Amino acid sequence: MSDPVVSRATRTSRIAVVVALLALIVLAAAPWWAGRADMRLMSEIFLYLSLASLWNLMAGYAGLVSVGQQAFVGFGGYMLFALTVFGGLHPIAAILLAGLLASALSVPIASLIFRLKGAYFAIGTWVVAEVFRLSFAQISALGGGSGSSLPVGIVRSLASSRSGREALTYWLALGAAAVVILSVYLFLRSQRGLALTAIRDSEVAASGLGINIWRTKLEVYVVTSALTAIIGGLIFLQKLRISPDAAFSINDWTAFVIFIVVIGGIGTLEGPIIGTIIFFALREFLADFGTIYLMVLGLVAIIVMLKAPKGVWGLVRDRFDLELFPLSYRVRLDQDRKKT
Amino acid sequence: MSALLSINGLSKSFGAVVVADETSFEVRAGEAVGILGPNGAGKTSLFNLIAGTLRPDAGRIEFADSDITETSAARRCKLGIARSFQVPQPFGGMTVFENALVGATQGADLSGREAESHALTVLQETGLLPKANVRAETLTLLERKRLEMARALSAKPTLLLLDEIAGGLTDAECGALIESIKRIHAGGTTIIWIEHVVHALLAVVQRVIVVDFGRKIAEGEPGRIMESREVKEIYLGVDPDA
Repeated sequence: MSDPVVSRATRTSRIAVVVALLALIVLAAAPWWAGRADMRLMSEIFLYLSLASLWNLMAGYAGLVSVGQQAFVGFGGYMLFALTVFGGLHPIAAILLAGLLASALSVPIASLIFRLKGAYFAIGTWVVAEVFRLSFAQISALGGGSGSSLPVGIVRSLASSRSGREALTYWLALGAAAVVILSVYLFLRSQRGLALTAIRDSEVAASGLGINIWRTKLEVYVVTSALTAIIGGLIFLQKLRISPDAAFSINDWTAFVIFIVVIGGIGTLEGPIIGTIIFFALREFLADFGTIYLMVLGLVAIIVMLKAPKGVWGLVRDRFDLELFPLSYRVRLDQDRKKT
Repeated sequence: MSALLSINGLSKSFGAVVVADETSFEVRAGEAVGILGPNGAGKTSLFNLIAGTLRPDAGRIEFADSDITETSAARRCKLGIARSFQVPQPFGGMTVFENALVGATQGADLSGREAESHALTVLQETGLLPKANVRAETLTLLERKRLEMARALSAKPTLLLLDEIAGGLTDAECGALIESIKRIHAGGTTIIWIEHVVHALLAVVQRVIVVDFGRKIAEGEPGRIMESREVKEIYLGVDPDA
């Protein structure tokens, strides 16, 4: 019998790599072909895609169902303002430093909320986010409860012309999404990622096979919190204005993100991408109908949860056995030679 | 040979339900030991205590001459204890091959091609190779039980805990399973096996421990144990006076 061969890439995944690279090139050239409003919308899409991929890694894989990631979005945003206005840092340096600070902050937070399980964990994360919101509202130097705008001098330090700034913030958003998706992919593809995927499916079996559950979850929480803060910084670099209610909005930075992940397919790498496309398509189509928009979102969420609990990507994957990101292993068996 | 696993005065209860009551026994390296007892006697709880899923209220567990009473389940696996779950706990979203690969990379600390080839060997041994690319959630109950054994083996254990893996098999399948476990045992792995299919168990083990209400009630050579009065009374439900 010949030895079975183990491989990872599939034909679909090879095509997906080519398509993704082409799309990245086309998107990177957007400042030359897209209008101002389109670029703003696309930046927002990329940042939501990043938030969704991170929340999916944390909730879908590590089982940490947080409804408080707005804590880190807002923290990143406020650090952008604080570190540029009071620290004199360049905005990009401030955003990167915000990520580092968030990772340091996430460790003591984790040691508190990791004691809580399931629904209690979710509530705990929400409480933490509220503490963040109320705390930042107390800082009068950052505008207190009414917030503040990024000073013109700091905005100009990005690029002197308006179109230059718009191109730069667009590229930052695109780059962030690419980096987040690539990092999540590379992590899940590694042996640590294999362990995390095992945790997703059965914690008791995973710990019986030598996986340190607590440490793995902590690592995921720290890394996603840091990257979420960086995305938060980029979000408010687009907005140029921050207030506690906008920065720590559970609706904007958690509810919509959960919607995206659940609709797309939780616990899959492709899910958040599909979910982001669906979310923005719905939003653009329903923009003229006011509050009906939120009701339709809710309805869609309920239907998907009832009819396709694994999300849209789960349906597609089960029907066509597709995989865009080559994460799984395929064993090729030489059936004919095996029988002889 | 010295004891590989030694259990001393192990006790555990959930409220009024006693699952282990001052249980003590030893398992020597290279031995194959069977555990018998009625449903609810505390057999699986005993495995949970040995594998580290449960912490005892009192008592001491030693493995390979070190005290592991307070050691985590993950660490115990790295030390060489792997178990199958009575109620299968497959990594449902992962393929059968990936399930075995988790044990090979995380439990046995292998990597790359070495890990892959070990996972394949284990699947070959347990007859799951044709199912290698199938997601584990689509397996039947019997296949899931085999996957439990495959995954435990993939961690390269020195002590293998098997929890009711022979139930529901046809005679031919059961025979193949017995041969497979004999091969694993012959390869030097120490085995503790909980099984209700007594003839399968007796074909493999050299010693039997009988438990009831969390207490060890008999221990010894299989033939003698199966004939003993207390086993017939408590385990087989036969009235000795009839």
